[in-house]
Amino acid sequence: MTTLALTARDSVTMLRRNLKHMVRYPSLTIMLIAQPVLFLLLFVYVFGGTMGAGLPGGGGRDDYLAYVAPAILLVTVCSVALSIAIYAAKDATEGIIDRFRTMPIAKSSVLTGLVLAALVQTALALTVVLVIAVALGWRPDAGPVGWLGAIGVLALLAIALTWLCVALGLAADSVETASNSPMFLVLLPFISSAFVPTDSMSTGLAWVAENQPFTPIIDTLRACFEGRAPGADLAWAIGWCVLITVLSFAWACRLFARAQAR
Amino acid sequence: MNQTAPAIEVAGLRKAYGDHTVLDGVDLSVPEGTVYALLGPNGAGKTTIVRILSTLTTADGGAARVAGYDVRTQSDGVRRSIGVTGQFSAIDELLTGRENVRLMADLAHLPKREAAARASELLERFGLTDAADRRAATYSGGMKRRLDLAMTLVNRPRLIFLDEPTTGLDPRSRRDLWQIVRELLTEGVTVLLTTQYLEEADQLAHRVGLLDNGRLVAEGTPAELKALAGGESLDDVFLALTGHPATTDPTDDNDKETVR
Repeated sequence: MTTLALTARDSVTMLRRNLKHMVRYPSLTIMLIAQPVLFLLLFVYVFGGTMGAGLPGGGGRDDYLAYVAPAILLVTVCSVALSIAIYAAKDATEGIIDRFRTMPIAKSSVLTGLVLAALVQTALALTVVLVIAVALGWRPDAGPVGWLGAIGVLALLAIALTWLCVALGLAADSVETASNSPMFLVLLPFISSAFVPTDSMSTGLAWVAENQPFTPIIDTLRACFEGRAPGADLAWAIGWCVLITVLSFAWACRLFARAQAR
Repeated sequence: MNQTAPAIEVAGLRKAYGDHTVLDGVDLSVPEGTVYALLGPNGAGKTTIVRILSTLTTADGGAARVAGYDVRTQSDGVRRSIGVTGQFSAIDELLTGRENVRLMADLAHLPKREAAARASELLERFGLTDAADRRAATYSGGMKRRLDLAMTLVNRPRLIFLDEPTTGLDPRSRRDLWQIVRELLTEGVTVLLTTQYLEEADQLAHRVGLLDNGRLVAEGTPAELKALAGGESLDDVFLALTGHPATTDPTDDNDKETVR
C-alpha cells in the first residue's frame, strides 16, 4: 500500500475510535446540540419580538428568526468544536497518545481521525438545528447555489474551528482547562453581526465586530440563505477560515509531536 | 564474534532539561532474547532512557541503536520492532477490552479475520476473556496493566520496553505480570524493564544496571552485583555504591521523573 493509502486507512481506524467515544459519552453530544437549540428558542421567543423591531427597516419575530437562524448554525459549529478540545485533551493527558507515538502508524491519523469525527458530529448537529429552525417557521430563500455556498462555508468554518480546538486541547494541561480555554468561541459571535447589526453597537465595539472573522462568515451565510450574492464577504470568510486552519493545523502538529502523558 | 547484533546498544547517552541533567553518559548493551533491568530510585533517569529508546524523545548526545536501527534517524524501523508498556496505562477507557486490542490490530494493518482472532487469543492469554466486552474503565489496576500489555503484543514485537510495569499493583497482579515476562522470554523476545523494586530485578533479569542520578553506577548479573558489594541483596549493593537506598518512600511512587 502507498503511504497515502496507509494514512487514509489509519485515519479511518481513528475515526471509528472517535465516533465510538461520541456514542459512549452521549451526555456531551446531547449537551452540545442542546446549547444552540436553546439559543435559538431563547433568541426567537424571548428576545425575538424586540430584536426584530430593531432590525434595519423594522420587523417582527419572524424577521428576527430569519436574521438569527444562520447565526445559530454558526454557534452550532462552535459548540461541536468546543467538545473536540475536550477529546483532544483527554487523549493527550492519558497514556494512549504515547502508545500511538511509539507505533509505526501515520502520525497525522490520530488528529485527522478526531477532526473527521468532529465533522460527522457537526453535520449531525447542524441537521438537527436546521430542522428545528424550519419547524419554527424559517423559510430560507436560497436556491441550490445558495445552499451549496452555505454548506461550503459551514464546512470550512467547522474544519478551521475543529483544528483550532484540537490545538487548544493539546495545549491544555488538563481536561478541565481544555473545556474552558475555547470558551471565547461562545462569546465571540455576540461581538459580531450574528445577533444584532454591528452599526447598532457602540463605536469601539462596532469596529471590533466589523473586523473580526465571524462577521464576514455570518454575513456570507446570511446572503446565501437570503438568495443574495455575498460579495466581498465571501472572500473574507474563506480567507479567515483558511488562515485559522493553516495556523491551527501547524500548531496542533507541533504540540502533538511534543505531547506526552502527564 | 556474536551471531546477532545486540537488541539494544547505547553509548554515551546524555539528556538534560534546562540545567537539570537527567542522563549523564549512559552506556548499555542488551543481547537479544534477554531481560535487562534498569534499577534505580525516582528521578534516576529510567523513564527518560525508555522514552529515548522508544523514539518518544530525543537525546542531547550519544548514540542509541534499537533492533539495529538508529533511534534518531531510523525511528520508523525502531517503531516497527518495539512494543512499549509504560507506568501509566495506555488504554482507551471508553472502549471495551476487545475494542482496545482490535484498535491495535487495525493499526497494525492485520486483515479483519486475523485481527479478530489475534484479539481473542491475546484476551484469552491474559485472562480477560470474561471482561472482554466491558469498558476498560471498569477494569481493576491489574487488569488494565494486562490489557495494556496485550495491546503491546498485538504486533508481535521482538523487543519490549516495560517502564515500571508493576508500580502500583498488588502482589498477586505483580506475580502474574512476572509470569507473563518469563513466557515472553521463552518466545525469544528481548525485554528492557525499569523498576524500583529490587526483588523484581532479581527475579526477572539476566543483567541489572544500577542507575543513579543519570549514571550507571554498576552493571552485571544479579549474582555478580551482590558479590561486588559483598551484600546479601541488591539493596545492599545499591547502598554500598551510592550511599542511599534504591527504593524510595513508597508514598513517592507517583512522582514522575520526566519534565516537560
